[in-house]
Amino acid sequence: MPAFTPPPLPSDDKRWKIVNGTMRKNGFARHALIETLHTVQSSFGYLDDDAIRFVARSLRVPLSQAYGVVTFYHYFSLKPPGKHTVTVCAGTACYIKGADKLIAAAEKRLGVAQGQTTSDGQISLMTARCVGACSRAPVVLCDGAVVGEMSGEQMLEQLERWSVE
Amino acid sequence: MTLEELEQIAKSVQQENAKYDYEVNVCMDLACASQGADKLREALVNAAAASGKKVLIRRTGCMGPCSSGPLVRVDPDETLYHHVKDANAEAIVSSLGGQPVPELQCDLNDHFDKQVRVVLENAGHIDPEKIDDYIAQDGYKALMTALLEMTPFGVVHRITESGLRGRGGGGYPTGLKWSTVAKASGDVKYVVCNGDEGDPGAFMDRSVMEGDPHRVIEGMAIAAYAVGASKGFIYVRAEYPVAVARLTTALRDARRRGLLGNAIGGTTFSFDIEIRLGAGAFVCGEETALLASIEGRRGTPRPRPPYPAVSGLWGKPTLINNVETYANIAPIVRNGGKWFFNMGSDRSKGTKVFALTGRITHTGLIEVPLGIKLHEIIDTIGGGVPGGHQLKAIQTGGPSGGCIPADMLGIGVSYDALMAAGSIMGSGGMIVMDDTSCMVNVARFFIEFCMTESCGKCIPCRAGTAQMHTLLSRICDGSATMDDLALLEELCDTVKSASLCGLGQTAPNPVLSTLKYFRNEYIEHIVHKRCPAGVCNIEAPVEVLA
Repeated sequence: MPAFTPPPLPSDDKRWKIVNGTMRKNGFARHALIETLHTVQSSFGYLDDDAIRFVARSLRVPLSQAYGVVTFYHYFSLKPPGKHTVTVCAGTACYIKGADKLIAAAEKRLGVAQGQTTSDGQISLMTARCVGACSRAPVVLCDGAVVGEMSGEQMLEQLERWSVE
Repeated sequence: MTLEELEQIAKSVQQENAKYDYEVNVCMDLACASQGADKLREALVNAAAASGKKVLIRRTGCMGPCSSGPLVRVDPDETLYHHVKDANAEAIVSSLGGQPVPELQCDLNDHFDKQVRVVLENAGHIDPEKIDDYIAQDGYKALMTALLEMTPFGVVHRITESGLRGRGGGGYPTGLKWSTVAKASGDVKYVVCNGDEGDPGAFMDRSVMEGDPHRVIEGMAIAAYAVGASKGFIYVRAEYPVAVARLTTALRDARRRGLLGNAIGGTTFSFDIEIRLGAGAFVCGEETALLASIEGRRGTPRPRPPYPAVSGLWGKPTLINNVETYANIAPIVRNGGKWFFNMGSDRSKGTKVFALTGRITHTGLIEVPLGIKLHEIIDTIGGGVPGGHQLKAIQTGGPSGGCIPADMLGIGVSYDALMAAGSIMGSGGMIVMDDTSCMVNVARFFIEFCMTESCGKCIPCRAGTAQMHTLLSRICDGSATMDDLALLEELCDTVKSASLCGLGQTAPNPVLSTLKYFRNEYIEHIVHKRCPAGVCNIEAPVEVLA
């Protein structure tokens, strides 16, 4: 049986080398699929068709299986994120302290539903299942930074600042 | 690495620390960090340098009472300061050697008095990124003792003797699980740590992985020796980037010190650990789904038996335990099984870490001996419900658990008592609800969670939770009938008895327990079109003109 040759990198973009590095580190083993998809998402911000195809071929995983994994896990995104991301924690402690009102207020202000990005590509509105900062509920992540005991006004001010940038 | 070398390291750390007159510990856990603990630490370092005093500033893991953060503890006096701002740094440093700063001092004696720290013994005392700090607190001594002085059988026996039960929620006897894997035939076995803390409202495992990562590694290494495995995996949620970073550092340092890798301690035992990232799927906390995810597949569960102890990762015998279970191992090996057995209640031994959150004065992490009365946790440790509100229920066990009503606070917290009350121990989330929470709405919240998180493999869970959600939504908006309620109860039974895995089998629990204790709230919604807590948006019925 001829030795397996991984496919060429999709482009000159240096980020593909990082992706390839993760696969090489794992000996191009099939079980490295999720690890590799994590690397793609952290390098590119999301997973597009080319990326999924490249990873699937490199790891010799059927494309259907790779796509199945991508769509199974909430963490993977098929769409590019906005310039800024506001993530409202929807864990139980946050819910008890009014996270649902924060989500509704953000949806109203941005005109998009949770999981979507504003049409100008400026802000993505996401929800998290629980970020583990329950003692400071309700918690909102502003571009990844944890803000505890968030009030509606405080969050809308932040959204205002981002949208006029 | 030998026991003598470990002692040498511990001694050199003590000598290094003895050069300082004071130790200022700054809690850098998520809650404190989100309130500027980083800046505070810098300010303290600068103030200490300017003062000329010999002060060691140390970043530590979670100290416990997160609602009082950012927290600073000054040793050797053990003075605890709360709500510390970076502007307070100079005052703290100049108070060293004299009287403490009165306006920052906090009195949390009631909060700490009833707690016993086993899993959290190092939290707030060591720098999580320094392996030598851990070694100085008797770290890795248990591993070395096990390797050099005990047989694998002896280790399993000690764990069995301790009476430790799985801390992930199921409460399966840990010793029994270990001995099953140890007896399983095969050269290749795996040890897996379940760090997929998906239960919303719980963050014990995050705190342990971030604040004391070596404790988890040591527990896994001892387990690997006991069951005969040479490879381990820690499965961590991708939502916990700090935990991943700390574990990565800890694994690297342990390898450098020869505590992981080939021929550990000069014995024939070899063991190494890899980190695997979750990708946001609650069902991956279920063991067979978790294994599928480590193998790079969709995280769907499969029927058991065969249990992972017999056929797990890539079909090999696999030991899966939760983070907190592993965190208990080193102290048990160090202090003996009897020591652990003597803590706790009848059939629930040892201590348990809880994340106390919701409508309570002191939110944060607590560790209590099992069997403690629920009211001691709520009133004494938690400081009661703030704002003059009335306590309504305690939710334990997350989406698989239930709500315990306020008039049952006399029960002891143990696996069996919580189960008898219609809830479960779960991984340790404890969410306090007061009269501003509507129990029907809370039940709907959890069913919505299970509906979204259902992997879709079996129909009772996939379709059942969706139908339950529809019925609960109808009750919440006031359009339900009593027939809907009957149908809901019937569905609960179906989903509970016919689902494939724990997620589906326990999904109805929040509904069943609220129906058991707060049935009148359901009736109010349905018959009187009224939400007693004023949470649900029920439109007033339109009066038909005659």
